[in-house]
Amino acid sequence: MTSTAIRVQGIEKSYKDLHVLRGVDFDVASGSIFALLGSNGAGKTTMVKILSTLLKADGGSAVVEGFDVAKESLQVRQSISLTGQFAAVDEVLTGKENLILVAKLRHLKNPGRIADELLAQFSLTDAGARKVATYSGGMRRRLDIAMSLIGNPKVIFLDEPTTGLDPEARLEVWHIVKKLATEGTTVLLTTQYLDEAEQLADRIAILHEGRIIANGTLAELKQLLPPAKIEYVEKQPSLEDIFLAMVGTGNNESVKDRS
Amino acid sequence: MSTHFFADTSVLLGRSMRHIFRSVDTIITTAITPIALMLLFVYVFGGAIRTDTDNYVNYLLPGIMLIAIASGIAYTAVRLFTDMQSGIFERFQSMPIARSSVLWAHVLTSLVANGLSLVIIVLVALLMGFRTSASVLDWLAVAGILALFTLALTWIAIIAGLSAKSVDGAGGFSYPLIFLPFISSAFVPTETMPGPVRWFAENQPVTSIVNTVQDLFAQRPVGSDIWVALAWCLGILVVSYAFATAAYKRQIA
Repeated sequence: MTSTAIRVQGIEKSYKDLHVLRGVDFDVASGSIFALLGSNGAGKTTMVKILSTLLKADGGSAVVEGFDVAKESLQVRQSISLTGQFAAVDEVLTGKENLILVAKLRHLKNPGRIADELLAQFSLTDAGARKVATYSGGMRRRLDIAMSLIGNPKVIFLDEPTTGLDPEARLEVWHIVKKLATEGTTVLLTTQYLDEAEQLADRIAILHEGRIIANGTLAELKQLLPPAKIEYVEKQPSLEDIFLAMVGTGNNESVKDRS
Repeated sequence: MSTHFFADTSVLLGRSMRHIFRSVDTIITTAITPIALMLLFVYVFGGAIRTDTDNYVNYLLPGIMLIAIASGIAYTAVRLFTDMQSGIFERFQSMPIARSSVLWAHVLTSLVANGLSLVIIVLVALLMGFRTSASVLDWLAVAGILALFTLALTWIAIIAGLSAKSVDGAGGFSYPLIFLPFISSAFVPTETMPGPVRWFAENQPVTSIVNTVQDLFAQRPVGSDIWVALAWCLGILVVSYAFATAAYKRQIA
Protein backbone atom coordinates (compact mmCIF):
# COMPACT_ATOMS: atom_id res chain seq x y z
CA MET A 1 0.00 0.00 0.00
CA THR A 2 2.34 2.70 -1.13
CA SER A 3 0.02 4.57 -3.48
CA THR A 4 0.02 8.33 -3.42
CA ALA A 5 -2.88 10.06 -1.69
CA ILE A 6 -1.78 13.63 -2.32
CA ARG A 7 0.50 14.93 -5.05
CA VAL A 8 1.42 18.61 -5.07
CA GLN A 9 3.46 20.02 -7.94
CA GLY A 10 4.66 23.57 -8.38
CA ILE A 11 1.79 25.18 -6.45
CA GLU A 12 1.94 28.97 -6.40
CA LYS A 13 -0.30 31.45 -4.67
CA SER A 14 -0.13 35.19 -4.13
CA TYR A 15 -2.33 37.56 -2.19
CA LYS A 16 -1.90 40.80 -4.12
CA ASP A 17 1.81 41.59 -3.73
CA LEU A 18 2.45 38.89 -1.17
CA HIS A 19 3.90 35.81 -2.83
CA VAL A 20 2.95 33.19 -0.25
CA LEU A 21 3.63 29.94 -2.09
CA ARG A 22 6.42 29.97 -4.67
CA GLY A 23 6.31 26.51 -6.18
CA VAL A 24 5.53 23.89 -3.57
CA ASP A 25 6.12 20.20 -4.36
CA PHE A 26 5.46 17.17 -2.17
CA ASP A 27 3.81 13.76 -2.19
CA VAL A 28 1.94 12.07 0.63
CA ALA A 29 1.70 8.27 0.67
CA SER A 30 -1.69 6.71 1.41
CA GLY A 31 -2.25 5.91 5.05
CA SER A 32 0.68 7.96 6.30
CA ILE A 33 0.93 10.99 8.52
CA PHE A 34 2.58 13.91 6.80
CA ALA A 35 3.52 17.02 8.74
CA LEU A 36 3.90 20.39 7.11
CA LEU A 37 6.13 22.32 9.44
CA GLY A 38 6.64 26.04 9.30
CA SER A 39 6.60 29.24 11.29
CA ASN A 40 3.60 31.58 11.40
CA GLY A 41 2.88 33.02 7.99
CA ALA A 42 4.89 30.38 6.14
CA GLY A 43 1.84 29.52 4.02
CA LYS A 44 0.76 26.29 5.73
CA THR A 45 -2.89 27.29 5.99
CA THR A 46 -2.89 28.55 2.40
CA MET A 47 -1.61 25.16 1.26
CA VAL A 48 -4.31 23.34 3.23
CA LYS A 49 -7.00 25.63 1.83
CA ILE A 50 -5.88 24.91 -1.71
CA LEU A 51 -5.92 21.16 -1.06
CA SER A 52 -9.37 21.32 0.54
CA THR A 53 -10.78 23.29 -2.45
CA LEU A 54 -11.37 26.49 -0.47
CA LEU A 55 -8.82 28.47 -2.46
CA LYS A 56 -7.64 28.29 -6.05
CA ALA A 57 -3.93 28.18 -6.72
CA ASP A 58 -2.41 30.64 -9.20
CA GLY A 59 -0.21 27.96 -10.71
CA GLY A 60 0.86 24.34 -10.45
CA SER A 61 -1.31 21.33 -9.79
CA ALA A 62 -2.57 19.39 -6.81
CA VAL A 63 -4.19 15.97 -6.91
CA VAL A 64 -5.98 14.36 -3.97
CA GLU A 65 -7.00 10.68 -4.23
CA GLY A 66 -6.53 10.95 -7.98
CA PHE A 67 -8.74 14.03 -8.39
CA ASP A 68 -7.50 17.45 -9.45
CA VAL A 69 -8.42 20.00 -6.75
CA ALA A 70 -9.22 22.70 -9.30
CA LYS A 71 -11.09 20.69 -11.93
CA GLU A 72 -12.69 17.89 -9.91
CA SER A 73 -13.34 19.73 -6.69
CA LEU A 74 -16.60 17.92 -5.91
CA GLN A 75 -14.88 14.51 -6.04
CA VAL A 76 -12.06 15.90 -3.91
CA ARG A 77 -14.60 17.10 -1.33
CA GLN A 78 -16.07 13.61 -1.25
CA SER A 79 -12.67 12.18 -0.35
CA ILE A 80 -11.50 14.67 2.26
CA SER A 81 -12.30 16.31 5.51
CA LEU A 82 -10.95 19.56 6.88
CA THR A 83 -10.35 20.46 10.48
CA GLY A 84 -9.40 24.08 10.25
CA GLN A 85 -7.28 26.20 12.52
CA PHE A 86 -10.26 27.37 14.55
CA ALA A 87 -12.69 24.72 15.76
CA ALA A 88 -15.44 24.67 13.13
CA VAL A 89 -18.28 23.81 15.46
CA ASP A 90 -21.67 25.42 15.90
CA GLU A 91 -21.75 27.03 19.34
CA VAL A 92 -25.52 27.25 19.56
CA LEU A 93 -26.14 23.58 18.79
CA THR A 94 -25.36 20.73 21.17
CA GLY A 95 -22.46 18.38 20.54
CA LYS A 96 -24.80 15.70 19.28
CA GLU A 97 -26.65 18.12 16.99
CA ASN A 98 -23.34 19.21 15.48
CA LEU A 99 -22.50 15.61 14.61
CA ILE A 100 -25.98 14.94 13.23
CA LEU A 101 -25.73 18.09 11.12
CA VAL A 102 -22.56 16.88 9.42
CA ALA A 103 -23.89 13.32 9.02
CA LYS A 104 -27.00 14.67 7.30
CA LEU A 105 -24.95 16.95 5.04
CA ARG A 106 -22.93 13.90 4.04
CA HIS A 107 -26.24 12.19 3.22
CA LEU A 108 -25.63 9.25 5.55
CA LYS A 109 -28.26 6.96 6.98
CA ASN A 110 -28.88 6.85 10.73
CA PRO A 111 -27.27 10.20 11.61
CA GLY A 112 -28.39 9.81 15.23
CA ARG A 113 -26.57 6.52 15.66
CA ILE A 114 -23.42 7.84 14.00
CA ALA A 115 -23.50 10.78 16.40
CA ASP A 116 -23.90 8.56 19.47
CA GLU A 117 -21.01 6.32 18.42
CA LEU A 118 -18.68 9.26 17.89
CA LEU A 119 -19.71 10.89 21.16
CA ALA A 120 -18.79 7.67 22.96
CA GLN A 121 -15.55 7.29 21.06
CA PHE A 122 -14.46 10.83 21.92
CA SER A 123 -15.65 10.74 25.57
CA LEU A 124 -18.31 13.31 24.92
CA THR A 125 -21.40 11.22 25.70
CA ASP A 126 -22.13 13.12 28.91
CA ALA A 127 -21.66 16.47 27.21
CA GLY A 128 -23.56 15.46 24.08
CA ALA A 129 -26.77 17.19 25.09
CA ARG A 130 -25.06 20.43 26.12
CA LYS A 131 -24.56 23.47 23.93
CA VAL A 132 -21.05 23.61 22.52
CA ALA A 133 -20.71 27.15 23.91
CA THR A 134 -20.19 25.51 27.31
CA TYR A 135 -17.35 23.21 26.12
CA SER A 136 -13.68 23.58 27.03
CA GLY A 137 -11.07 24.10 24.30
CA GLY A 138 -10.08 20.43 24.37
CA MET A 139 -13.68 19.22 24.15
CA ARG A 140 -14.34 21.54 21.24
CA ARG A 141 -11.32 20.23 19.40
CA ARG A 142 -12.37 16.63 20.03
CA LEU A 143 -15.86 17.38 18.72
CA ASP A 144 -14.31 19.20 15.78
CA ILE A 145 -12.20 16.18 14.85
CA ALA A 146 -15.14 13.82 15.46
CA MET A 147 -17.17 15.90 12.96
CA SER A 148 -14.35 15.50 10.45
CA LEU A 149 -14.39 11.72 10.75
CA ILE A 150 -18.04 11.35 9.76
CA GLY A 151 -18.35 9.49 6.49
CA ASN A 152 -14.85 8.00 6.84
CA PRO A 153 -13.00 10.36 4.51
CA LYS A 154 -9.83 8.90 3.00
CA VAL A 155 -7.79 12.02 3.62
CA ILE A 156 -7.96 14.33 6.62
CA PHE A 157 -6.40 17.78 6.79
CA LEU A 158 -5.64 19.04 10.26
CA ASP A 159 -4.56 22.66 10.33
CA GLU A 160 -2.66 23.30 13.57
CA PRO A 161 -4.83 20.85 15.50
CA THR A 162 -3.23 21.47 18.90
CA THR A 163 -2.64 25.22 18.85
CA GLY A 164 -4.14 26.70 21.99
CA LEU A 165 -4.77 23.37 23.72
CA ASP A 166 -3.50 22.40 27.17
CA PRO A 167 -0.98 19.52 27.42
CA GLU A 168 -3.60 16.88 28.22
CA ALA A 169 -5.86 17.84 25.36
CA ARG A 170 -2.81 17.94 23.13
CA LEU A 171 -1.92 14.34 24.00
CA GLU A 172 -5.50 13.31 23.30
CA VAL A 173 -5.36 14.82 19.85
CA TRP A 174 -2.03 13.09 19.17
CA HIS A 175 -3.57 9.82 20.22
CA ILE A 176 -6.51 10.31 17.84
CA VAL A 177 -4.24 11.20 14.93
CA LYS A 178 -2.04 8.13 15.43
CA LYS A 179 -5.10 5.94 15.58
CA LEU A 180 -6.47 7.39 12.35
CA ALA A 181 -3.31 6.50 10.49
CA THR A 182 -3.26 2.94 11.81
CA GLU A 183 -6.77 2.58 10.39
CA GLY A 184 -5.56 3.62 6.95
CA THR A 185 -6.58 7.28 6.82
CA THR A 186 -4.09 9.64 5.26
CA VAL A 187 -3.41 12.59 7.55
CA LEU A 188 -1.85 15.86 6.49
CA LEU A 189 -1.26 18.07 9.46
CA THR A 190 0.33 21.46 9.77
CA THR A 191 2.08 22.51 12.91
CA GLN A 192 4.53 25.01 14.26
CA TYR A 193 5.53 22.69 17.11
CA LEU A 194 8.61 20.68 16.29
CA ASP A 195 7.91 17.99 18.88
CA GLU A 196 4.45 17.46 17.39
CA ALA A 197 5.91 16.68 13.99
CA GLU A 198 8.56 14.51 15.63
CA GLN A 199 5.95 12.54 17.60
CA LEU A 200 3.39 11.99 14.90
CA ALA A 201 4.69 12.24 11.40
CA ASP A 202 6.02 9.54 9.10
CA ARG A 203 7.39 12.29 6.91
CA ILE A 204 8.06 15.90 7.65
CA ALA A 205 8.31 18.75 5.16
CA ILE A 206 9.56 22.15 6.16
CA LEU A 207 7.80 25.02 4.43
CA HIS A 208 9.86 28.18 4.46
CA GLU A 209 9.40 31.36 2.44
CA GLY A 210 6.96 29.67 0.09
CA ARG A 211 9.04 26.61 -0.73
CA ILE A 212 9.64 23.16 0.73
CA ILE A 213 13.25 23.39 1.91
CA ALA A 214 13.45 19.90 3.40
CA ASN A 215 11.33 16.79 3.09
CA GLY A 216 11.99 13.37 4.61
CA THR A 217 11.57 11.07 7.56
CA LEU A 218 12.81 12.26 10.91
CA ALA A 219 15.91 10.05 10.52
CA GLU A 220 16.63 11.53 7.09
CA LEU A 221 16.23 15.06 8.34
CA LYS A 222 18.59 14.33 11.22
CA GLN A 223 21.27 13.29 8.75
CA LEU A 224 21.17 16.74 7.20
CA LEU A 225 22.94 17.99 10.30
CA PRO A 226 26.40 17.02 11.58
CA PRO A 227 26.37 13.66 13.45
CA ALA A 228 25.15 13.69 17.00
CA LYS A 229 27.64 14.25 19.76
CA ILE A 230 27.40 12.15 22.89
CA GLU A 231 27.07 14.20 26.04
CA TYR A 232 26.09 13.11 29.50
CA VAL A 233 23.30 15.20 30.95
CA GLU A 234 21.26 14.69 34.08
CA LYS A 235 17.68 13.90 33.00
CA GLN A 236 15.46 16.48 34.64
CA PRO A 237 11.71 16.03 34.34
CA SER A 238 10.24 18.59 31.99
CA LEU A 239 7.48 20.83 33.24
CA GLU A 240 5.14 18.83 31.03
CA ASP A 241 6.12 15.60 32.83
CA ILE A 242 5.52 17.26 36.19
CA PHE A 243 2.19 18.74 35.13
CA LEU A 244 0.91 15.45 33.76
CA ALA A 245 2.11 13.49 36.82
CA MET A 246 0.37 15.89 39.20
CA VAL A 247 -2.97 15.99 37.35
CA GLY A 248 -2.74 12.26 37.15
CA THR A 249 -3.42 11.47 33.53
CA GLY A 250 -0.86 9.62 31.56
CA ASN A 251 -1.62 8.97 27.99
CA ASN A 252 -5.25 8.73 28.42
CA GLU A 253 -8.08 6.30 28.47
CA SER A 254 -10.46 9.05 27.48
CA VAL A 255 -10.09 8.39 23.81
CA LYS A 256 -11.49 4.93 23.63
CA ASP A 257 -10.76 2.34 21.05
CA ARG A 258 -12.80 2.28 17.92
CA SER A 259 -13.73 -1.33 17.58
CA MET B 1 -23.60 19.43 -7.99
CA SER B 2 -27.15 20.54 -7.30
CA THR B 3 -28.46 16.99 -6.80
CA HIS B 4 -28.60 17.54 -3.06
CA PHE B 5 -29.59 21.20 -3.19
CA PHE B 6 -33.00 20.80 -1.55
CA ALA B 7 -31.87 18.23 1.02
CA ASP B 8 -28.81 20.29 2.00
CA THR B 9 -30.77 23.53 2.13
CA SER B 10 -33.40 22.03 4.41
CA VAL B 11 -30.75 20.56 6.75
CA LEU B 12 -29.01 23.94 6.97
CA LEU B 13 -32.36 25.71 7.35
CA GLY B 14 -33.08 23.44 10.31
CA ARG B 15 -29.78 24.52 11.82
CA SER B 16 -30.49 28.26 11.45
CA MET B 17 -34.02 27.83 12.77
CA ARG B 18 -32.54 26.26 15.92
CA HIS B 19 -30.41 29.38 16.25
CA ILE B 20 -33.54 31.53 16.03
CA PHE B 21 -35.55 29.54 18.52
CA ARG B 22 -32.64 29.40 20.96
CA SER B 23 -32.26 33.16 20.87
CA VAL B 24 -35.87 34.24 20.62
CA ASP B 25 -34.67 37.70 21.64
CA THR B 26 -33.75 38.41 18.01
CA ILE B 27 -37.39 38.03 16.99
CA ILE B 28 -38.60 40.08 19.93
CA THR B 29 -36.09 42.89 19.42
CA THR B 30 -37.01 42.96 15.74
CA ALA B 31 -40.64 43.41 16.72
CA ILE B 32 -40.20 45.71 19.69
CA THR B 33 -38.83 48.86 18.05
CA PRO B 34 -41.56 48.93 15.39
CA ILE B 35 -44.18 48.32 18.10
CA ALA B 36 -42.74 51.19 20.16
CA LEU B 37 -42.89 53.43 17.07
CA MET B 38 -46.46 52.36 16.49
CA LEU B 39 -47.42 53.23 20.08
CA LEU B 40 -45.58 56.56 19.79
CA PHE B 41 -47.23 57.57 16.56
CA VAL B 42 -50.72 56.39 17.47
CA TYR B 43 -50.90 57.70 21.04
CA VAL B 44 -48.50 60.68 20.99
CA PHE B 45 -48.18 62.19 17.51
CA GLY B 46 -51.26 60.60 15.98
CA GLY B 47 -53.69 63.20 17.23
CA ALA B 48 -51.88 65.90 15.30
CA ILE B 49 -51.49 63.95 12.05
CA ARG B 50 -54.20 64.34 9.44
CA THR B 51 -54.80 61.37 7.23
CA ASP B 52 -57.93 60.57 5.30
CA THR B 53 -58.83 57.72 7.60
CA ASP B 54 -60.52 57.78 10.95
CA ASN B 55 -58.31 54.94 12.13
CA TYR B 56 -54.63 55.95 12.23
CA VAL B 57 -53.46 52.41 13.23
CA ASN B 58 -54.87 51.15 9.92
CA TYR B 59 -52.94 53.86 8.09
CA LEU B 60 -49.71 53.25 10.01
CA LEU B 61 -49.46 49.45 10.11
CA PRO B 62 -48.03 48.84 6.60
CA GLY B 63 -45.15 51.29 7.17
CA ILE B 64 -44.44 49.78 10.59
CA MET B 65 -44.21 46.35 9.01
CA LEU B 66 -41.68 47.60 6.46
CA ILE B 67 -39.56 49.11 9.26
CA ALA B 68 -39.66 45.74 11.02
CA ILE B 69 -38.46 43.96 7.88
CA ALA B 70 -35.70 46.51 7.25
CA SER B 71 -34.37 46.05 10.78
CA GLY B 72 -34.96 42.29 10.85
CA ILE B 73 -32.74 41.56 7.87
CA ALA B 74 -29.75 43.00 9.75
CA TYR B 75 -29.77 39.82 11.83
CA THR B 76 -29.43 37.77 8.66
CA ALA B 77 -26.27 39.67 7.75
CA VAL B 78 -24.93 39.16 11.27
CA ARG B 79 -25.71 35.43 11.27
CA LEU B 80 -23.98 34.95 7.93
CA PHE B 81 -20.98 37.02 9.03
CA THR B 82 -20.69 35.00 12.26
CA ASP B 83 -20.71 31.74 10.29
CA MET B 84 -17.91 32.97 8.09
CA GLN B 85 -15.84 34.04 11.08
CA SER B 86 -16.29 30.82 13.03
CA GLY B 87 -14.81 28.39 10.56
CA ILE B 88 -18.05 26.43 10.18
CA PHE B 89 -18.47 28.13 6.82
CA GLU B 90 -15.17 26.61 5.64
CA ARG B 91 -16.22 23.24 6.95
CA PHE B 92 -19.41 23.41 4.88
CA GLN B 93 -17.49 24.58 1.82
CA SER B 94 -15.03 21.70 2.08
CA MET B 95 -17.85 19.15 2.19
CA PRO B 96 -19.60 17.59 -0.81
CA ILE B 97 -22.74 19.72 -0.49
CA ALA B 98 -24.52 22.04 -2.89
CA ARG B 99 -22.58 25.22 -2.16
CA SER B 100 -25.42 27.65 -2.79
CA SER B 101 -27.52 25.91 -0.12
CA VAL B 102 -25.42 27.65 2.53
CA LEU B 103 -26.78 31.03 1.37
CA TRP B 104 -30.32 29.85 0.66
CA ALA B 105 -30.63 28.47 4.19
CA HIS B 106 -29.90 31.96 5.55
CA VAL B 107 -32.33 33.53 3.09
CA LEU B 108 -35.18 31.20 4.04
CA THR B 109 -34.42 31.70 7.72
CA SER B 110 -34.74 35.43 7.17
CA LEU B 111 -38.19 34.95 5.62
CA VAL B 112 -39.39 32.82 8.54
CA ALA B 113 -37.91 35.05 11.26
CA ASN B 114 -39.31 38.24 9.73
CA GLY B 115 -42.67 36.51 9.20
CA LEU B 116 -42.79 35.67 12.90
CA SER B 117 -42.04 39.21 14.03
CA LEU B 118 -44.67 40.55 11.59
CA VAL B 119 -47.26 38.24 13.16
CA ILE B 120 -46.40 39.67 16.59
CA ILE B 121 -46.72 43.22 15.25
CA VAL B 122 -50.11 42.54 13.62
CA LEU B 123 -51.38 41.02 16.89
CA VAL B 124 -50.32 44.14 18.81
CA ALA B 125 -51.92 46.33 16.13
CA LEU B 126 -55.18 44.41 16.53
CA LEU B 127 -55.07 45.17 20.27
CA MET B 128 -54.52 48.84 19.40
CA GLY B 129 -57.61 48.92 17.20
CA PHE B 130 -56.40 47.82 13.79
CA ARG B 131 -59.40 46.54 11.85
CA THR B 132 -59.70 45.26 8.32
CA SER B 133 -62.30 43.43 6.33
CA ALA B 134 -59.64 42.09 4.00
CA SER B 135 -60.43 38.68 2.56
CA VAL B 136 -58.13 35.69 2.68
CA LEU B 137 -57.07 36.55 -0.85
CA ASP B 138 -56.18 40.11 0.18
CA TRP B 139 -54.16 38.81 3.11
CA LEU B 140 -52.33 36.47 0.76
CA ALA B 141 -51.57 39.40 -1.52
CA VAL B 142 -50.23 41.38 1.45
CA ALA B 143 -48.14 38.41 2.60
CA GLY B 144 -46.83 37.94 -0.93
CA ILE B 145 -45.72 41.55 -1.33
CA LEU B 146 -44.12 41.62 2.12
CA ALA B 147 -42.35 38.33 1.42
CA LEU B 148 -41.03 39.69 -1.86
CA PHE B 149 -39.83 42.87 -0.11
CA THR B 150 -38.16 40.72 2.60
CA LEU B 151 -36.51 38.57 -0.04
CA ALA B 152 -35.18 41.60 -1.92
CA LEU B 153 -33.76 43.20 1.25
CA THR B 154 -32.41 39.86 2.50
CA TRP B 155 -30.21 39.53 -0.56
CA ILE B 156 -28.85 43.00 0.22
CA ALA B 157 -28.17 41.68 3.73
CA ILE B 158 -26.34 38.71 2.22
CA ILE B 159 -24.03 41.10 0.34
CA ALA B 160 -23.37 42.93 3.61
CA GLY B 161 -22.80 39.70 5.53
CA LEU B 162 -20.37 38.39 2.92
CA SER B 163 -18.32 41.54 2.51
CA ALA B 164 -18.37 43.07 6.00
CA LYS B 165 -15.14 43.35 7.98
CA SER B 166 -16.78 43.45 11.41
CA VAL B 167 -20.05 42.48 13.09
CA ASP B 168 -20.97 46.15 13.39
CA GLY B 169 -20.48 46.60 9.67
CA ALA B 170 -22.59 43.54 8.94
CA GLY B 171 -25.47 44.88 11.02
CA GLY B 172 -25.09 48.61 10.39
CA PHE B 173 -25.93 48.70 6.69
CA SER B 174 -29.64 48.45 7.47
CA TYR B 175 -30.00 51.87 9.16
CA PRO B 176 -30.65 53.78 5.91
CA LEU B 177 -33.23 51.15 4.96
CA ILE B 178 -35.00 51.61 8.30
CA PHE B 179 -35.28 55.33 7.59
CA LEU B 180 -36.84 54.98 4.15
CA PRO B 181 -40.39 54.45 5.48
CA PHE B 182 -40.17 57.77 7.38
CA ILE B 183 -39.74 59.65 4.10
CA SER B 184 -42.71 57.97 2.46
CA SER B 185 -46.47 57.83 2.76
CA ALA B 186 -46.11 55.46 5.74
CA PHE B 187 -46.63 58.02 8.52
CA VAL B 188 -48.17 61.05 6.83
CA PRO B 189 -49.64 61.61 3.36
CA THR B 190 -46.95 62.84 0.96
CA GLU B 191 -49.05 65.89 -0.10
CA THR B 192 -47.98 67.72 3.07
CA MET B 193 -44.25 67.53 2.24
CA PRO B 194 -42.24 70.34 0.55
CA GLY B 195 -41.41 69.88 -3.17
CA PRO B 196 -38.14 67.91 -3.37
CA VAL B 197 -38.92 65.79 -0.31
CA ARG B 198 -42.35 65.01 -1.71
CA TRP B 199 -40.82 64.08 -5.04
CA PHE B 200 -38.41 61.69 -3.32
CA ALA B 201 -41.12 60.25 -1.10
CA GLU B 202 -43.44 59.56 -4.01
CA ASN B 203 -40.77 57.95 -6.16
CA GLN B 204 -39.03 55.65 -3.73
CA PRO B 205 -39.96 51.97 -3.39
CA VAL B 206 -41.49 52.10 0.08
CA THR B 207 -44.36 54.44 -0.83
CA SER B 208 -45.77 52.20 -3.53
CA ILE B 209 -45.59 49.17 -1.22
CA VAL B 210 -47.19 51.09 1.66
CA ASN B 211 -49.97 52.37 -0.60
CA THR B 212 -50.66 48.91 -1.98
CA VAL B 213 -50.87 47.30 1.45
CA GLN B 214 -53.01 50.17 2.80
CA ASP B 215 -55.38 49.72 -0.14
CA LEU B 216 -55.58 45.97 0.31
CA PHE B 217 -56.37 46.33 4.03
CA ALA B 218 -58.96 49.06 3.33
CA GLN B 219 -60.59 47.08 0.51
CA ARG B 220 -59.88 49.88 -1.97
CA PRO B 221 -58.88 49.08 -5.57
CA VAL B 222 -55.07 48.91 -5.59
CA GLY B 223 -54.54 50.79 -8.85
CA SER B 224 -51.13 51.03 -10.50
CA ASP B 225 -49.23 51.15 -7.18
CA ILE B 226 -49.11 47.38 -6.96
CA TRP B 227 -47.24 47.15 -10.28
CA VAL B 228 -44.80 49.83 -9.24
CA ALA B 229 -44.31 48.01 -5.92
CA LEU B 230 -43.73 44.67 -7.63
CA ALA B 231 -41.35 46.24 -10.14
CA TRP B 232 -39.29 47.82 -7.32
CA CYS B 233 -39.14 44.59 -5.32
CA LEU B 234 -38.22 42.44 -8.29
CA GLY B 235 -35.69 45.00 -9.52
CA ILE B 236 -33.96 45.20 -6.13
CA LEU B 237 -34.12 41.42 -5.85
CA VAL B 238 -32.47 40.77 -9.21
CA VAL B 239 -29.71 43.34 -8.71
CA SER B 240 -28.92 42.35 -5.11
CA TYR B 241 -29.03 38.64 -5.97
CA ALA B 242 -26.52 39.22 -8.78
CA PHE B 243 -24.16 41.17 -6.50
CA ALA B 244 -24.56 38.67 -3.66
CA THR B 245 -23.75 35.76 -5.95
CA ALA B 246 -20.70 37.57 -7.26
CA ALA B 247 -19.56 38.34 -3.70
CA TYR B 248 -20.10 34.68 -2.77
CA LYS B 249 -18.04 33.47 -5.74
CA ARG B 250 -15.22 35.73 -4.61
CA GLN B 251 -15.40 34.27 -1.10
CA ILE B 252 -15.34 30.64 -2.17
CA ALA B 253 -13.02 31.18 -5.15
